[in-house]
Amino acid sequence: MTSQVSSEAEQADGALVGEQRKPAGGKDVRRLDRVIIRFAGDSGDGMQLTGDRFTSETASFGNDLSTLPNFPAEIRAPAGTLPGVSSFQLHFADHDILTPGDAPNVLVAMNPAALKANIGDVPRGAEIIVNTDEFSKRAMQKVGYDVSPLEDGSLDGYSVHPVPLTTLTVEALKDFDLSRKDAGRSKNMFALGLLSWMYHRPTEGTEKFLRTKFAKKPEIAEANIAAFRAGWNFGETTEDFAVSYEVAPAATAFPAGTYRNISGNLALSYGLIAAGRQADLPLYLGSYPITPASDILHELSKHKNFGVRTFQAEDEIAGIGAALGAAFGGSLAVTTTSGPGVALKSETIGLAVSLELPLLIVDIQRGGPSTGLPTKTEQADLLQAMYGRNGEAPVPIVAPRTPADCFDAALEAARIAVTYRTPVFLLSDGYLANGSEPWRIPDVDELPDLRVQFASGTNHTEDDGTEVFWPYKRDPQTLARPWAIPGTPGLEHRIGGIEKQDGTGNISYDPANHDFMVRTRQAKVDGIDVPDLAAEDPSGEARTLVLGWGSTYGPITAAVRRLRAAGVPIAQAHLRHLNPFPRNLGEVLGRYDKVVIPEMNLGQLATLIRAKYLVDAVSYNQVNGMPFKAEQLATALKEAIDD
Amino acid sequence: MTDAGNALLKLVPKAEAKQSMKDFKSDQEVRWCPGCGDYAVLAAVQGFMPDLGLAKENIVFVSGIGCSSRFPYYMNTYGMHSIHGRAPAIATGLASSRRDLSVWVVTGDGDALSIGGNHLIHALRRNVNLKILLFNNRIYGLTKGQYSPTSEVGKITKSTPMGSLDAPFNPVSLAIGAEASFVARTVDSDRKHLTSVLRQAADHPGTALVEIYQNCNIFNDGAFEVLKDKQQAEEAVIRLEHGQPIRFGADQSKGVVRDAVTGDLAVVAVTPENERDILVHDAHSASPTTAFALSRLADPDTLHHTPIGVFRDIERPVYDTLMADQLDTAVERDGKGDLAALLARGDTWTVVG
Repeated sequence: MTSQVSSEAEQADGALVGEQRKPAGGKDVRRLDRVIIRFAGDSGDGMQLTGDRFTSETASFGNDLSTLPNFPAEIRAPAGTLPGVSSFQLHFADHDILTPGDAPNVLVAMNPAALKANIGDVPRGAEIIVNTDEFSKRAMQKVGYDVSPLEDGSLDGYSVHPVPLTTLTVEALKDFDLSRKDAGRSKNMFALGLLSWMYHRPTEGTEKFLRTKFAKKPEIAEANIAAFRAGWNFGETTEDFAVSYEVAPAATAFPAGTYRNISGNLALSYGLIAAGRQADLPLYLGSYPITPASDILHELSKHKNFGVRTFQAEDEIAGIGAALGAAFGGSLAVTTTSGPGVALKSETIGLAVSLELPLLIVDIQRGGPSTGLPTKTEQADLLQAMYGRNGEAPVPIVAPRTPADCFDAALEAARIAVTYRTPVFLLSDGYLANGSEPWRIPDVDELPDLRVQFASGTNHTEDDGTEVFWPYKRDPQTLARPWAIPGTPGLEHRIGGIEKQDGTGNISYDPANHDFMVRTRQAKVDGIDVPDLAAEDPSGEARTLVLGWGSTYGPITAAVRRLRAAGVPIAQAHLRHLNPFPRNLGEVLGRYDKVVIPEMNLGQLATLIRAKYLVDAVSYNQVNGMPFKAEQLATALKEAIDD
Repeated sequence: MTDAGNALLKLVPKAEAKQSMKDFKSDQEVRWCPGCGDYAVLAAVQGFMPDLGLAKENIVFVSGIGCSSRFPYYMNTYGMHSIHGRAPAIATGLASSRRDLSVWVVTGDGDALSIGGNHLIHALRRNVNLKILLFNNRIYGLTKGQYSPTSEVGKITKSTPMGSLDAPFNPVSLAIGAEASFVARTVDSDRKHLTSVLRQAADHPGTALVEIYQNCNIFNDGAFEVLKDKQQAEEAVIRLEHGQPIRFGADQSKGVVRDAVTGDLAVVAVTPENERDILVHDAHSASPTTAFALSRLADPDTLHHTPIGVFRDIERPVYDTLMADQLDTAVERDGKGDLAALLARGDTWTVVG
């Protein structure tokens, strides 16, 4: 089936179909190097769960993978409507991949709305599995199909599998004591079974999952398992599905180790717990629920046995306020939010800058401004993180590049916070937060040592010989001030948001002192030890550098691979530290004739780069709530090179 | 002093040596306006702290913004002068993560009831182990004289030249409505009463809100004169004492009774006939109804019939304790957290090199 063959342009991100084999007496089995599947249905159809399960099966099988959940902000938009469509895209391969894929090879459409909302992304030749039971006249009219797209020839270019998923599911569950409606609810598991057959996925994990999920309702668990198996058997027996596919484990793509699949928000949560352990400090989260950051609050709330305190505050301001209070008391303090929450927290972030206490501000960026697109991704909070406060209030910024990298980025943000006694922004986004990929589980003994020394005694001698404690006497190397926590005898001191005298920390309105303190706080952040930036150019001939930050790493790298495979030299560098920039950034930029900066905003990093390095960087932007597609980026980069 | 109060206070280390008021004075020059009521409160707090006998390094004062919020700078304890209205939130994080600390919040009527109203009510409902001193001068002082959320209606100020339009909050009513477990009111100039209320607040497990009527001699001078002037105070002030009949006035000639029909409270002249109907104050009553009714006795304009003292002092679970208990329970149930086991949870697979 040609639809499953990677196009030539995509070879760099995945090669062509391999050998064919035919099991004795069975159907054709074809070997693929990679597949992109999109499950789409109504918000209530359980598409996210279906996608999650297929992902887990795929991960445990050992493929490399990358996922893109995409769902509406409404919990239950009106059934059968276009705004109510929820989808989950999964890209898996026998080699390392970087993105959830540009265009699905297979679309599972659970209703007419799902078909209509997604067909534009599906290339001709792809396979489409539709649940014909939902294609009633009324359901089709609801989304503007006057004639059935299954009959009007509009899908002729695709390989369509019309399957009465609901009827088959209900039939499979006829021995269960379930209403037709309730039995029909398991149709997503039937679809999952069918797809699991098509791609030779292991099934034990899903059956185990269902038994656990419905432990209190064994009847429902068994019904779902029956539907799942019926879907598998349907694939095996029906003639409509003549071929199944194998995607071999990506054994050679990964270094040796133990792996699991992990989403960005989960990796970030684990990173925070790990940071608490490595710093030997209790973790304190002050947070207010907000999409797409709430999962971190949920996850950390489960791990109280690590000494993790989670405080669901009355608002965003109280969330960071409580965290700052805990930081004063010696906790590794964190607040988690998204852009609108950062706006509310700004004044407290400024206070943390002034108090010079360690504090992690985790911003899972989403579409803005204002409420914007709560469930969609964007990178448009960079300048807010960089400058969104009154006065000169520098805050270090760290940005993870992939879902799994959220773990390491959290540790790195914590390192900066506790070493330099400063609030630190950790800028993730909706795409990283909900997307997932395989993660090599680190050896905990190899995690960085983040232990800090609280102040324990006086640090200054007065002219008269008196030994005193000065809360703003700095470490000469890091410029960090001492972290003297309440309960330490003899170090009683007062800190606040009013400008402080250098050293003593007493209130000071002295102009020269303020000038000095402003410059010193800036110098402290500027002096943070950040690894040099590595620009990578295997050809050694590139004249153009593509520079990215955050979650664009996957699409940019995939695009770069395509260009290089087509013989186009291009250099790539990706920033993890946005403030301060790596010290060699200016030198790296100077090596190339052109610098292209793709961002999911209108050029925020480009603005910083142009201002700081006077480099005429080319900005390439997309703010549609979705990650870049590799093909689109490759084209844009090629144009920039040729321009 | 309640048993639970003792139990929570026991978590805070005691001072090794006897302390004096001087130990609690910082080296910073006090910069309130001469004649400000804040001086009296500072002196009362510094004077009463040695009675608590707590290690002063385990005492923290957290404030917001406003005249009163400079308070922490003058206490030789740990302290944080934070941002406008947010002190209860910051103190919540500190108290809930450090049960070995005695955490005090100093705030004003603007700080606590206007910009920080949300944090105040949520601290009260959670019953975090905080002692909140709300300095109420019924005016914005630091910004030079605008009306505040406790100013009387029609107040002429810089921002309300034709009189303020909005009805004021009654902080005691508000606190009781917000599920506060301890609510008291006192007056800056009555050192003895102030100290007694502070002591009871310190002993209370959970959030204690103490409203302190405080004179701003620059922008709202004499706002509480009726409660301070000996002659007028006799008729204006109702001193609440747990277990005592609520009587006041010259020769205790007036008393508070419950109206049999409406259930509301009323002030009556005490007679031999009605003497046994005089309400006996019960600060520990499970129901907040009577405490709330008492808080409504005062006339918001004239301040006549203003009760002072402890309105409400009940025991209910303390947030910090519950939070700590959950951590202990989690360790008992799941064992102490094992990071390596956590990271390797769920479906894993191994790639052999």
